[in-house]
Parts: sequence; structure tokens; C-alpha cells
Amino acid sequence: MNKTDGLIRDIRAIKEKYQSKRAALLPALYLAQREFGWLSPEALEFVAEALDVPKASIKGTATFYAMFKNKPVGRHLIQLCTNVACMIMGAERLVDLLRDKYGIEPNGTSADGRFSLVIMECIGACDTAPAMLINEDFYDNLNKENIIDILENYK
Amino acid sequence: MKRALLRNIDNTNSADINEYIKISGYASLLKALEMKPSDVIDEVKTSGLRGRGGAGFPTATKWAFASMDPKFPKYLICNADEGEPGTFKDRPILEKNPHQLIEGMIISAYALSAEYGYIYLRGEYPNACNILNNAIKQAYGKGYLGDNISGKGVRFHLHVHQGAGAYICGEETALIDSLEGKRGQPRIKPPFPVNEGFLSRPTIVNNVETFANIPYIMEIGGEQYAKIGSPQCPGPKLFSVSGHVKTPGVYELPMGTTLREIIYTHCGGIKDDKKLKAVIPGGISTPILPADKIDCPMDFVSMPRYGSMLGSGAVMVFDESTDLVKVCLRAIKFFEHESCGKCTPCREGVGWMRAILKRICDYNGRETDIEHLLEVSENISGNTFCPLGDGAATVVQNFIKHFRGEFESKIKI
Ligand SMILES: Cc1cc2nc3c(=O)[nH]c(=O)nc-3n(C[C@H](O)[C@H](O)[C@H](O)COP(=O)(O)O)c2cc1C
Repeated sequence: MNKTDGLIRDIRAIKEKYQSKRAALLPALYLAQREFGWLSPEALEFVAEALDVPKASIKGTATFYAMFKNKPVGRHLIQLCTNVACMIMGAERLVDLLRDKYGIEPNGTSADGRFSLVIMECIGACDTAPAMLINEDFYDNLNKENIIDILENYK
Repeated sequence: MKRALLRNIDNTNSADINEYIKISGYASLLKALEMKPSDVIDEVKTSGLRGRGGAGFPTATKWAFASMDPKFPKYLICNADEGEPGTFKDRPILEKNPHQLIEGMIISAYALSAEYGYIYLRGEYPNACNILNNAIKQAYGKGYLGDNISGKGVRFHLHVHQGAGAYICGEETALIDSLEGKRGQPRIKPPFPVNEGFLSRPTIVNNVETFANIPYIMEIGGEQYAKIGSPQCPGPKLFSVSGHVKTPGVYELPMGTTLREIIYTHCGGIKDDKKLKAVIPGGISTPILPADKIDCPMDFVSMPRYGSMLGSGAVMVFDESTDLVKVCLRAIKFFEHESCGKCTPCREGVGWMRAILKRICDYNGRETDIEHLLEVSENISGNTFCPLGDGAATVVQNFIKHFRGEFESKIKI
């Protein structure tokens, strides 16, 4: 079975939830991103065909949203919040630490392809700031020590 | 006060439908299904409930507009985008009490004859997404969702729709465009969503907390509900408190509780017993208040009299050591990042404000910079489709109004 057969089936299932095929676009893009790793031209082509929506128009939507990736990302995606509540609890020091220890710049990927870093705008964990997501896993009450321990679990 | 919105959350299994039913969950739905839809709307009207998403619009008024529109199908949307920085009050409902939200949506759908519903959930809450999907599956299993709800011939289908990291999609018309698979940009109003929303059909958008209030109103009755908290906008309210307090977190308190009581009684006062400098009372877009202005009752009607707004009830507390110019810069960076680019004053103006604030923070500010900031902010205010630009302008204007000295001291040395 082709790896994209499952994806087509999943996108078709999603279409059933809406009275408009276009409304299935965001969920379809999520699925494609999971399958292809990022929204490559190939992935967009694929979604365009599955939903029968023009590719240019899909690209317009995909590039609007911060969580859709228009370039390849590392094996693990660190999404660290630095908005006000996290900032006053020291999130910027964590950004520096990631740069110094792992060589990751915001919006960049470490040279070994292990981590990508995205600076987030409030992830709704202000009472236990600073906080981040790694892939879909949530971590809070971060400091310079425990963040290293956490990252060591992602190889 | 007994908790109404966050009841049961100490139970580690509170998201399970059987646990919810044990505390008389879904009883309000069964009660509502025995009433006429218009009587349900009347009950909500009696309760005086105002929307908890930020604007405080009377819920029953919105519902009445939608129910008068003869077009079908009608859509019911839950706004779970929760993007306003400082706000995390919907999260405990989504993660720990999802069935109260779902029950509230089903009752609302029945009142409004809406057959399809979507929960527009921010992409940053993957955990809530799994919990909600599971809860919806359970509700279908018990016959509370589907084509023949509780054997009463009522039809309502509900799905979770994940956003993808765009604050502007919390604005209801941008949300609808996003749900339609487009870039999330606000629409011009009118027409309002209640007449022409999702797929050009009548669409009711309400916040998570708003829906979670509905089963409670059905349970105790609108009249009883109207006696809780502030008379002009009653009910329980969730406050998410962050920053320099001893016990930050989400607190369920009567609407109208003062900011002072929230900070000093419920959150234990300022961390390390430092002095309070300032508070942002309702999420980053609401005007900052200095420490001597915290005796304000936190409700939609009172806050404007004290120079701010209730917004989402997201209280951000800053102690005496906080560099507020830096906070202002970070807030404006947020607005710049989240401007959807549709309106020039917001797209360009917010970037200019960021550049000026940056150089002030870097001690390279010019003597005219404060006036310049105010001028740019005034050119944004009121000149955009949606209130995102106004939010950015409000931040700059109020930080300068109350803390001008801090800006000046960075410029003059
Ligand atoms: C820029 C912007 C962002 C918003 N974000 C949210 C949000 O995250 N959640 C929310 O419920 N309402 C948000 N709103 C308010 C919605 O437009 C709308 O008023 C609300 O969902 C209506 O629900 P309610 O009547 O129950 O409050 C936002 C508004 C603006 C202008």
C-alpha cells in the first residue's frame, strides 16, 4: 500500500464532517503535515487534489498560519512561549540557553537536525510559566536546569 | 461560593461522562428538552448572562437575532481559540470539565434549532483536543448527540476543529473564515454572523465559558442565577491570574469581585512580599492599571468606569521590579506578529510602534519618541476592521498614560 493511501482515506473521512469541502482544509493540512513532515509543494499538491481546491488558494491559506510549516523542521519541534507572562518568569534566558547549548536559533534548526525552535505567542500556561510544547507534549515551570533534562528525552 | 463551572475538577477522572452524570450532568439538557426552544432563550435572558469571550455581549440578545433569521441550516460555534495573552481560563473547562461545555452547546443548539456545531479549538491545546474528541464520542454513545437526541427527535452533530496558531482567529468573523478553510481575516460587519456566518448561514459564536454557564442556568433557573455577583452582569466568572502573585491559577469567583480581593485574598498577595506596581486586568489588550486603582469590581459594566475593561478576565500582575517598557515592547511585538495584514493602520502602525519601543528599550530613544508613539497609536485607533489594532493602540496609550516616567527615564540617560 502506498503511504498516501491512508492519508486520502483520512481526508475523505474529514470531508464528511462539513457541508463544504473547503472547510475540511485546515484539518487536511494538519494530516498532510504529519505525513510529509512539512507542507512541501508535494504535500500541498496532494491536498489540492484530495479536496479539489486550487493549489494556489491552498498555499494562501497554509502560509497564513504559524503552525503550518513551509520549510522542513527538525526531528523535534520546540515551541517555547516568550509572551509577557513567560517573559517576566525568565523565558528569554531559556532562548539564550537553547542557542548556547544546542545551537538553535528561533525559527531555526540545530545543525544535527534534532531540534527546531519556534517562539510562541502565549500557549495558555501563564500560571506555570515559562512553558513550551515539544511536538505535542506540554511542559511548564521551566528553568535552565529542568529544560535540559526534558530535552535529553528527545533524541 | 460553590463552584459551578469548575465543579468536579478535583476528581482526577472528571472528564469522563459517567463522572459528570454522577454530579447530575446532562440533567439540565433533559430539562431543557422538555421546554419550548423559545422558553430556553427566555430563561437565558432572565439570567442576564453576558458573553465571556471578552466583549460581554448579552447572550440571549445574540440568540434572539439568530433564531429570528429564517435561513437554515444554522450553525453553532464554540470559540475555544483562547489566544489573548494571559488568558487560560477556558483550558480547565476544556480539559477537566468538557461535558459541561458539550451539554451547554447541545442545550443552545436545541434553543436555536442549530443542527451542526463546531468547537474551534486553538492548535496550541493538543491535549484538550484529545480530551474533547473523547468526550464527544462518549456523548454520542449515550445518545446526547446525533440524529435523535435522547429519543426526542432533536438533531445535533458536533465536531472539534483545530486552529493553527493565529490569534486573530479568535475574532468571530475571522474564525468563521478560518473554519471555511481560508486565511483568517475579519469580515466587515454587517452582515453579522447571526444572519450570515459560516457558509453564509445564521451562525451563533459563543465562548467556552459562556456555553459552560448554560447547564447551570437551566439547573438553578435564570432568576436565581441573576442574583449571583454584579446585578448588571451576573454569574460566576473565571479569572486566570498570572505574574507576580503567590498562587497564580484559575479562580472561579462571583462577577464583580474586586481586583484587590482577587490578588490579595485569593492569590495570596505579591510574590516574595514585594510591592505591587501594576495590573493588566483582562488580557493584554485591556488598559493597564497602576497599583492604586485596584479597588474596581471586575465586571463588564464597572471596569470602564475605572479606566479599563474586564476583557477575558485574565489578570496579569507586575511587582515593583518589573520593567514595564519591556513589557510594553513584548506586548506590541505580539500584536505585530498577529496582525492579519488586512488593514494598513494596523499592519504598518503596529510595526512602527514596535521599532520605536525597541530603540527606547535599547536606550537609543529620541526625545520626540513618546509623542510619536502616541501619534501612531491614534492613527490606528478606530481605523481598522476589527479591534486587534485598537488593542495595540490601547496598550501603548495606557502604558504611557500611567507610567510615562519609566519611558522618559530610558530616553533621557
Ligand atoms: C482580536 C480578537 C481576538 C479574540 N479572541 C477571542 C478568543 O480567543 N476567544 C473568545 O471567546 N473570543 C474572542 N474574541 C471575541 C469574539 O470576537 C466574540 O466576541 C466572542 O467569541 C463571542 O462570544 P461570547 O458572546 O460568548 O463572548 C476576540 C475578539 C477579537 C477582536
